[in-house]
Amino acid sequence: MNALPTAGDAEGAPGGPRPSLADIRVARKVYPDPATGRERLILDRVAFTVGPAEFVALVGPSGCGKSTLLHLIAGLDQSFTGSIRWPGTPDGRRPRLGYCFQNPRLLPWLTLRGNIDLVLDDPAARAAAVDTLLTTMGLTAVGHFPANRLSVGMQRRAALARAFAVQPRLLLMDEPFVSLDAPTAGQLRGLLLDLCERQRPTVIFVTHDLYEATLLADRLLFLSAPPARVIGAVEVGIARDRRRREALVDARYAELKALFRALYQDAADGPEQPAKDGTDAWLDLRSHGDSCVRDV
Amino acid sequence: MTRAAPRLLRLGSALSLVLLWQVAAWWWPSSLLPTPLAVLDLAVHDTLHGPLLHDLGATLRRVALAFVIAMLAGSAIGILMGRRRTLDLLLDPWLMLFLNLPALVVIILAYVWFGLAESTAVLAIAVNKVPQVVLTLREGARTLEPDYQELAQSFRLGWYKRLRYVTLPQLLPYLALAARSGLSLIWKLVLVAELLGRNDGIGFELHLFFQLFNVTGILAYSLAFILVMLAIEYGLLQPLERAANRWRR
Repeated sequence: MNALPTAGDAEGAPGGPRPSLADIRVARKVYPDPATGRERLILDRVAFTVGPAEFVALVGPSGCGKSTLLHLIAGLDQSFTGSIRWPGTPDGRRPRLGYCFQNPRLLPWLTLRGNIDLVLDDPAARAAAVDTLLTTMGLTAVGHFPANRLSVGMQRRAALARAFAVQPRLLLMDEPFVSLDAPTAGQLRGLLLDLCERQRPTVIFVTHDLYEATLLADRLLFLSAPPARVIGAVEVGIARDRRRREALVDARYAELKALFRALYQDAADGPEQPAKDGTDAWLDLRSHGDSCVRDV
Repeated sequence: MTRAAPRLLRLGSALSLVLLWQVAAWWWPSSLLPTPLAVLDLAVHDTLHGPLLHDLGATLRRVALAFVIAMLAGSAIGILMGRRRTLDLLLDPWLMLFLNLPALVVIILAYVWFGLAESTAVLAIAVNKVPQVVLTLREGARTLEPDYQELAQSFRLGWYKRLRYVTLPQLLPYLALAARSGLSLIWKLVLVAELLGRNDGIGFELHLFFQLFNVTGILAYSLAFILVMLAIEYGLLQPLERAANRWRR
């Protein structure tokens, strides 16, 4: 266990520095409390970098500000102190984004295919690529369906297809597989791994599911209960082409789980966090069966 | 109930109204309450040999022009007010003033200030309708789903795609509401404007009939125009609205 980099090592990644795509330094982000009108601190000194084609998972309890952080990275919310820079793009501007929101957000008045074509600059030129994507996702038969006639699982797959269709350099994913049954979620995780292999985008993936994070990501960043800080960073250290070996993932998961517990227990013991029992409440330690990832 | 039953019910209700009118005309025989048949007679005669068609056309043209102007201007102002808080605060007193300004006042003042011209009449009517369109579309713009705005922003959709595929579909119910209430208000105002300062149109003819106490003429011309407006409502507006809402479950 001593080999693991632990809390405070937010920026570092073992194996030397890598050229980063994004340099995220959020000093403070506050929201007005709707009840009292006073400001509530959501993000407190959250800083990390993300390398090109790296898959980073942000792990933390619900409501700790993970979604807010994605909003800031996407440029949807400009009101924060700090900076978000893009040293890895030629013009220093935000690269092309694919965004999987927590809800699928398909426009109900368009067909599934229409929703994907909408976000493409030249749908005609990309028609064949979208066809392939829909086949991969198992959505070919329902491409002409109005988006609101699809099942939730199909809508999530469609949202995933839409995010990939734009060939993003940066893919932001906000708990995209939450509220799905285990087999479907597992199938979609498999698809995500395949698509990442093919397109090599940089991915920032928000989740509160440690197993999911272990399975998918190259590096995990642990966020504390609000106000969120990065309290730990760790390399998963499983090569992309070995993610389907369950024994490997399970073993690593067991290690990370221990680290994870220690990390949040420490945080809970800290002077600012008197509540001790909040740690395990969101810590998802149910046994993950073989349904977590399935070949498709 | 079979599929045809609602239609039959409606037809029966309309026919009973005519029957009631006929019975009343028998009970009180007077030139001030002509029978339905006498009204129909005049309407057919004036369509074939009189000015009815010309007047219908003139009124319809004014209704259409005032409607298009009011919808375009009202939608633009309403959407902007719904989206921009400062503009909303700035323009709200104006909106309240114009909402409570009697249509007759606007029409009279427009005629006095800008002369008895066709464009004055059309613009004065449009000005009367704009505040209602603004009110409806402002409400619609306030209900725009922020989730979809975020989607459009993160995928960097251009202004045309945002308007056509993201914003307008959300505003359609409000546009339809403004259009339908707008049409019925506007054609009533057009008659007033014609009565006060035009040389043709249904309102102008009503003015002549009124001076002669010719109730048959008043009923024939107004019923003819009501029929035209009903045809537009059932033949054009309602099918359009149904087509626009087809995606809803």
